[in-house]
Amino acid sequence: MLAFSDLWSPVRLTLELATITTIVLLLIGTPVAWWLARSKWRWKEAVAAVLALPLVLPPTVLGFYLLLALGPYGPGGWIGSIVGLRSLAFTFEGLVIGSVVYSMPFVVQPIRNAFEAFGDRPLEVAATLRAPPWDSFWSVAVPLARPGFLTGAVLGFAHTVGEFGVVLMIGGNIPGETKVLSVAIYDYVETLQWAQAHILAAGMLAFSFIVILSVMVLEKRLGRAGE
Amino acid sequence: MHPRRRSRPTGPIAAWLAVTLALACDASSAWAGEARLAVAANFTEAAKEIADLFEQTTGHRAVFSFGSTGLLYTQITQQAPFEAFLAADRERPRKAVDEGFAVADSLFTYATGKLVLFSKDTARVTGPNALKEAGFAKIAIANPLTAPYGAAAVEAMKALGVYDVLQPKIVQGTNIAQTYQFVETGNAEVGFVALSQVVRHEEGSRWLVPEDLYSPIAQDAVLLKQGEDSEAALAFMAFLRGPEAHAVKEKYGYGAGE
Repeated sequence: MLAFSDLWSPVRLTLELATITTIVLLLIGTPVAWWLARSKWRWKEAVAAVLALPLVLPPTVLGFYLLLALGPYGPGGWIGSIVGLRSLAFTFEGLVIGSVVYSMPFVVQPIRNAFEAFGDRPLEVAATLRAPPWDSFWSVAVPLARPGFLTGAVLGFAHTVGEFGVVLMIGGNIPGETKVLSVAIYDYVETLQWAQAHILAAGMLAFSFIVILSVMVLEKRLGRAGE
Repeated sequence: MHPRRRSRPTGPIAAWLAVTLALACDASSAWAGEARLAVAANFTEAAKEIADLFEQTTGHRAVFSFGSTGLLYTQITQQAPFEAFLAADRERPRKAVDEGFAVADSLFTYATGKLVLFSKDTARVTGPNALKEAGFAKIAIANPLTAPYGAAAVEAMKALGVYDVLQPKIVQGTNIAQTYQFVETGNAEVGFVALSQVVRHEEGSRWLVPEDLYSPIAQDAVLLKQGEDSEAALAFMAFLRGPEAHAVKEKYGYGAGE
């Protein structure tokens, strides 16, 4: 009754989703965070607010808009048609897009804070030493902001693992493709298969605890090392 | 320092609590003829219309809490203040009886759901052949393990001999509302939805699945122990079986039940 593959498939899928989402978020989130930290533009906080919306919006709102956006009448259908898909909903790629939107603030915010924390001074010094902006970004800003990157990556990963409402609304519950951990747990609970639900839920609990603990410890350590 | 600090706010808070409690008691006594009902979300529209007729006919009011059957059932086990339970399946009302939350002889089928094959494309669904044509990528059904409409959809596909072919194309909604969403947004070209979801509008194309292709989707109602002595709740349960209520059920795409 307790088939290992049934339990492992959603776990593996979730880890894949979280890993890819985190990588995409670091690639997109870093320039965004940099811009938010350095720009003098008057309306930049409005942009920051838009990016932070997933923090407060219920997943049903996000999921609903994503379902429309990924569908044949939205941009997702247009992108999908390039590769012969009618809609990006019910696909792993669709879940990645949803997760990137949903977990964005958890990655951007810590990195932005880290960029802001060291102020203008180190970059000015780098500039007087004739370091080109690109070089000073990589050899000054990024190392100084390392705690922010770590926190952002860990939180983005963890938040994607814990995602439920959005996946439920755009996933379609397809085993091996969109049936992630949280949805599998929900299904087990709903069908009264509590043994399986317990295994996955307890694993999730332990994972979340470790993540939060390690973020706290990391922040302390790195904070001290930076002093 | 401490005792003084603590004692000061209790005066106003106690007064505020007293007023709130008094208002709350007053409000509940003012609605003596009020039935508090837990109703499965799929029956929302019909229930509201039945409630209007109920109020006109009997003078009692019906107050609804809509939700998924599973959620409502869980709330009932946690002493939620409902007097009757209109579920979307047969199991949960039965369970409520077995576990002592409901009155056994009040159990009856108040509506039966009807399954429809639906598409947003006006020409796609003309009959069962729509399932045999290969021209679609996804077919949406409700989760057959948890939702009666999902189980019925699987039965119907098996009866038509298309289940094995269609299986890779199936996407599941958690419930029938989400399944409808998948089809309505065009993310799935076709889907098995409830007649009650599409009966009120004309768009798209549909095929009413013959009822001999799936086991009846019975929705049962039961009087809860807390409603045993409530005149309004008893009146509502009786009204739900009457001809006025039946007409509303038909209008919203349900069979009249028992």
